[in-house]
Formats: sequence, structure tokens, C-alpha cells
Amino acid sequence: MSRAGTKLDSKKVFCMKNILRYDENLYIINSELFTLTYGALVAQLLKDYENVEDVNKQLERMGYNMGIRLIEDFLARTGSGRCYDFRDTAEKIQTGFKIFLGITPTITNWSAAGDEFSLCFEANPLTEFVELPDHCLNLKYCNVLIGVLRGACEMVQMEIACWFVQDQLKNDNVTELRIKFIKRLEDAIPAGED
Amino acid sequence: KKQMAHSTTQSPIEKATLYVLSSEAKLMYGMLFSIKSFVSKISPLDPKEGFLYYKTSKYTLHYLETPSGLKFVLNTDNVTQNARELLQQLYREVYLEYVVKNPLCQLNEPIQSELFKLKVDELFKKSPLFLSRSI
Repeated sequence: MSRAGTKLDSKKVFCMKNILRYDENLYIINSELFTLTYGALVAQLLKDYENVEDVNKQLERMGYNMGIRLIEDFLARTGSGRCYDFRDTAEKIQTGFKIFLGITPTITNWSAAGDEFSLCFEANPLTEFVELPDHCLNLKYCNVLIGVLRGACEMVQMEIACWFVQDQLKNDNVTELRIKFIKRLEDAIPAGED
Repeated sequence: KKQMAHSTTQSPIEKATLYVLSSEAKLMYGMLFSIKSFVSKISPLDPKEGFLYYKTSKYTLHYLETPSGLKFVLNTDNVTQNARELLQQLYREVYLEYVVKNPLCQLNEPIQSELFKLKVDELFKKSPLFLSRSI
């Protein structure tokens, strides 16, 4: 009995080692599990809504809801303060991708005014095993990222807009995400204060 | 395991207490808001972290604000040091784990979670600040 028990245990440990990697006090889940779970979510949304535009909208909304929570995790882990300028923001967003997706997108194509930049992804864990069928050409597969960024930035008093300029799923070389600063949101003033 | 139950009906006394607490909270928020803008306007240098604490003859109020606008406030006696560190720990280890990561906790309303209350209590009771006082 005890031998069988230890055997089972060692097998379990072996599996755990495959799935989980211990890294800087954080358990990092193998990204394949995440990729496939996200794929299942998108497939289910396509089934539920039947309309690609609605799916894009839903993905963004879900991302937004994730973003407003994820920002707390980011702030607590990195201990970072407010951004000095939009370039600082860009670097923090890059760090965010490193922490949560394990990828480091490059920051490029700054606009002259410094209020717009692009994030270029060579590899994107979300789209690892994905190929878009013909009837889904308007599907923004990674739209959840747009929602996450928008939600997270909104929580730190920044309104941004972002959209995909290039997408590897649509036969571009890289996936390019454009981010534009809209305005700074102000703290709510308590009633009776000026 | 015992399921955490919270009552949905409140007695008049509970209601009155809640009302007093919430109006007190409003006053507190207004005061902190004013101090914050006062500090940022009167400071000759760029205030990096802004308002940190104030001290009266009887007590000290420690203040921590995250970039996302969450405000943590702790009142202690005047000899306590490093309360800010404790507030950061509260944010990292309790608020994040038991509120942000709990999808049932809405982020824009009072926290109802019993587990959260328990963990806050645990954190404070095991902190050196609390232990050094209770001797």
C-alpha cells in the first residue's frame, strides 16, 4: 500500500513539475493551458453570438473587467508608483506583458506628440495554435488585450484608446497594437468640496 | 466546513451604527482629500509620494494611497514606526488576495467577505506593531 502511495505521489510531483514552474515566488502556469482555455472562450462566444462584431465587443468587455482587477495585482507586485509620462507608461505596460504573459513586446512608432505608440509582438501566446476560418476574418481574436489595457489604465486615471494595426492571424509579419493617450481622469471630489 | 453566513436584515441599531460609520467615513475622506491637495500645493519640491502621515498629541494617522486610488488609513499611538510597511502588506497580502482575486467581491462597494475580515485580523495580530503593544 505504502509503495503504491509513494509511486502515485512521485507521479503527481512529476506532473506538477511539467505544469508548474517555480519562478521568483510565483507559480507560472504553462501557457498552453491558457492558450487553449482562451481559444475555448472565443469559440463559445462565436457559438453564442453568431456575429463577429458582437464577439469582438464581448471580448473587449471581458478584458475590461479583467483589467480593472489585474492592475491591482500589477501594482502590488511591482510596487510601481504613478507614471511620470506616457513613455514611462509604455514601459510599464511592457513589464505587464512580461509578468502576465511572459512576452516582451517591443515599443516602437512613437508619434511626434508622444501620445501614441505601438507594441509589436513577435510571438503571442494567445494565438499559438490559431488559424482564422474564412467567415471570421473580421474577428479580432486578441480583443481581450484591448479591454485589459483600457480597464487597467482607467484605474490609474488614464483614458486610452487602443486597436490592432497588424495581426499575425491576418498574415501580417507581426502583431501590432496601437495605443493612444486620450486624457487624464481626475479624482472624484467629495460632495461639498471645491 | 462551516459556511459563512451574513444576515440580510439589520436591526435599527445596526442601521444607525452603519449610518454613523458611513458619515464618519465621508468626513474622513473629505479630510484626507483636503490634506492631499494641501500637501501637493504647499510642497516646494515635487511630492513623490504625497501625504504620508500626521501626528497629534494623542495618536498618529498613517496613510497609504496606491496609484489606482485605493486609500489605506491606520491610526496608531505615537511611538509606532513602519506602519506604512504594514499598510503595504495589507494591500499586497490581504486586499489583493481576498478582494481583488475574489470575483464575488465587487470593487466599488463595501467589502462583505468574512474571509477578508478574518485575514485582516490575522495580519494585524501577527504584526510586530501589534505584538510589541500587547505586552
